[in-house]
Amino acid sequence: MHQAGILKINSVYKQFKRSINHSMTANTSPNIDIKPTATKQVTGSQALLDALIQEGVKTIFGYPGGAIMPVYDALYDYNDRLEHILVRHEQGAIHAAQGFARVSGKTGVVFATSGPGATNLVTGLADAMIDSTPVVCITGQVFAHLLGTDAFQETDVINITTPVTKWSYQVTNAEEIPHVLAKAFYIASTGRPGPVVIDITKNAQLQLFDYEGYQKCFHIRSYKPKPEVRPTYIAEAAAIINETKRPFVIFGQGVILGNAEKEFQAFVEKGNFPAAWTILGMGAIPTDHELAVGMLGMHGNYGPNLLTNECDVLIAVGMRFDDRVTGRLDKYAKQAKIIHLDIDPAEIDKKVKSTVSVWGDCKETLPLLTKLIEKNDNKDWLQKFADCTIKETEKVIFPEQNPESETLTMAEVLKCINEITKGDAIIVSDVGQHQMVACRYAKLNNTRSNVTSGGLGTMGFALPAAIGAKYGAPDRQVIAIIGDGGFQMTLQELGTIMQANVNVKIIILNNQFLGMVRQWQELFHQNRYSFVNIKSPDYIKLAAAYNIEAKKVDQRAELKSTLEDILSHENPFLLEVMVGKENNVFPMVPQGRGVSEIILSKEEL
Amino acid sequence: MKQEYTITVYTENQIGLINKLAIIFTRRKINIESLNTSPSEVEGIHRFTIVINETEDVVRKLSRQIEKLLDVLKVDFNTDDEIIWQEMALYKVAADVITEKVKVERLLREQGARAVVIRKDFIIFECTGQREEINNLIKTLEPYGLLEFVRSARIAIIKKSDGFHNKVKEFEYRVPSEALVENEFLDKNEGVFSM
Ligand SMILES: Cc1ncc(C[n+]2csc(CCOP(=O)(O)OP(=O)(O)O)c2C)c(N)n1
Repeated sequence: MHQAGILKINSVYKQFKRSINHSMTANTSPNIDIKPTATKQVTGSQALLDALIQEGVKTIFGYPGGAIMPVYDALYDYNDRLEHILVRHEQGAIHAAQGFARVSGKTGVVFATSGPGATNLVTGLADAMIDSTPVVCITGQVFAHLLGTDAFQETDVINITTPVTKWSYQVTNAEEIPHVLAKAFYIASTGRPGPVVIDITKNAQLQLFDYEGYQKCFHIRSYKPKPEVRPTYIAEAAAIINETKRPFVIFGQGVILGNAEKEFQAFVEKGNFPAAWTILGMGAIPTDHELAVGMLGMHGNYGPNLLTNECDVLIAVGMRFDDRVTGRLDKYAKQAKIIHLDIDPAEIDKKVKSTVSVWGDCKETLPLLTKLIEKNDNKDWLQKFADCTIKETEKVIFPEQNPESETLTMAEVLKCINEITKGDAIIVSDVGQHQMVACRYAKLNNTRSNVTSGGLGTMGFALPAAIGAKYGAPDRQVIAIIGDGGFQMTLQELGTIMQANVNVKIIILNNQFLGMVRQWQELFHQNRYSFVNIKSPDYIKLAAAYNIEAKKVDQRAELKSTLEDILSHENPFLLEVMVGKENNVFPMVPQGRGVSEIILSKEEL
Repeated sequence: MKQEYTITVYTENQIGLINKLAIIFTRRKINIESLNTSPSEVEGIHRFTIVINETEDVVRKLSRQIEKLLDVLKVDFNTDDEIIWQEMALYKVAADVITEKVKVERLLREQGARAVVIRKDFIIFECTGQREEINNLIKTLEPYGLLEFVRSARIAIIKKSDGFHNKVKEFEYRVPSEALVENEFLDKNEGVFSM
């Protein structure tokens, strides 16, 4: 089998010697238009669109312009096979592609023109990079002979985007397009996923060349998406786990990206491990699973933070010890042995030194580990988490969800949503207090249901991401929870929702402040409210101008019935909920403190 | 403890790669002491030799970040005693000074320098060696009026390395299969883990 394999490699290899970088490609099913055996003259633009079709792409989020016009011209003829969503700003296009990718597991695709079109993508690229989201962005570029001449709408896209892409490449010759696109999709979607930028000069888009059909990429010699698992590490990890009295599992998005939810659940259930999620790991197992003990991090749950410093083994799965999760590193799990499972070797020991690192795809490593661990009931240890939950419920959760105040709280809005959706919706959140509340209180039954900007904390993410999420999961309810600040950052995407009639439910939690910053100013800057008082337009009129139905609620009595009403709608809807102006999110691990110094109220500060 | 490390990077020969590499250092505010890049013994593969002054922990993390770059094939980092390294330098001195003073010629020969150009107005010497040898020659020539001096980046060979030919084969040796299963143990984990 190996011999035959090598021969096959050699022939494929020779065939592609001309093409850039030694990556290998395999035949895929022929397209309707182009028979792979016979060559055919096509333009670079046609080859690009054919590549997308061959990669199974159906939806593109984009915005046209001068340097990408040949691609848009070709798109005119592909209307029956490719759906293009015209956004209102390129940042919206890439956030939509991210939302699409996050809920569907497929690679999101973006088109943008050169210069400002491409630079408008940068925030989304940075977001996708830090949150490991597979997107392929195609940017138009000026004619190759104009490169470096400060031509109209020329920017050095590759160099601007290099630090925020997994890979980028500039195409100046159409013959490279099929091969480069194959590489782009392979790179974006495998290993630890990430964003790829392909910058195509206009001449290459127009250029006719002999097209031999599209071949998918499956190997690049300089790139190893996942390693061979070393059994010794699995055995060492299992040995440590089997001696533990107080094991604690913390999991991140790696479980979801690796499609390893089942494997993960089996692992946790066999060991009876208490398991807590990072913000992006949320939903990998149902949030009400009996072993799911809550969220980690600055505004996570009380028990997971406190008991991080009491466990004897910390088993980290597909997470990267972000500082918002660990708090002060020299006060983080110092007593524990650390087992770190990750696909990215650069994450191992980056922040927290592991006792045993299990480098690999957790879909492969988890079952191997599960097999070797012993059943355990961990009864007393799990009781400690339960005790913490009781304390947090009493001090924070219950009063937040059932407030005595006249004003509404964000937490009670989430409680109502949970009661109506039963946890089946996709919750897209923006950045700020409402994001923390959404992630603290949302009930999620399914994986790929929590879409939020984790690592970058990009305000303005939610509205366009929700649009993308709806295209990624058309049959699911998509609810966007957004602050009055963040909504005003990308509200132009209401135009996209209007034009394409995207059935998303927008819930603005309006506290009339840049709430999260205000909270910090209250707690750490002696109430000096510096430019956090933000005014809003009349959102109801704004929505009306976009022909989107809308309603404002500020009474408790109306909240649930209104939510029930709009969530049963078939059309997009905007709901503005007026909430308490100066409510704070607790618990909190104040910056610079250790996780076990978590506080439940302002008084403890 | 900070010390000198030589990082060896094998990469695809691609435009923009040096920038991608440089960003990894600048982002962490790490100064590059010396940087050499040239084709390696394997066609189409470039070799970077980078010298920095850092702790082992930093260098290890840095190397992992470099290896993560898509077009990088392999990264090694070594302390000075694990490598054989050389730099080259050129020295330009006014011709009359040298021809007048026989002593200089002897000194130069003792220090392994060699004249590469001899003109009526100036002479250019070349010296290959380690930092101290090159610095010593500067000291020697300075009293006689060193007009110009340039030093190359470090190049280094790792004592333990077997070169890159086999590694490349290893990287290319990935039997194309329909499914992307690369884990040799996966099919037989029963057997492997019965121990
Ligand atoms: C693009 C961007 N700019 C600034 C910030 C800093 N920031 C984080 S949260 C926040 C306040 C968000 O206010 P709002 O959207 O009203 O949500 P709230 O916190 O009130 O729920 C700000 C300004 C950010 N995260 N992203």
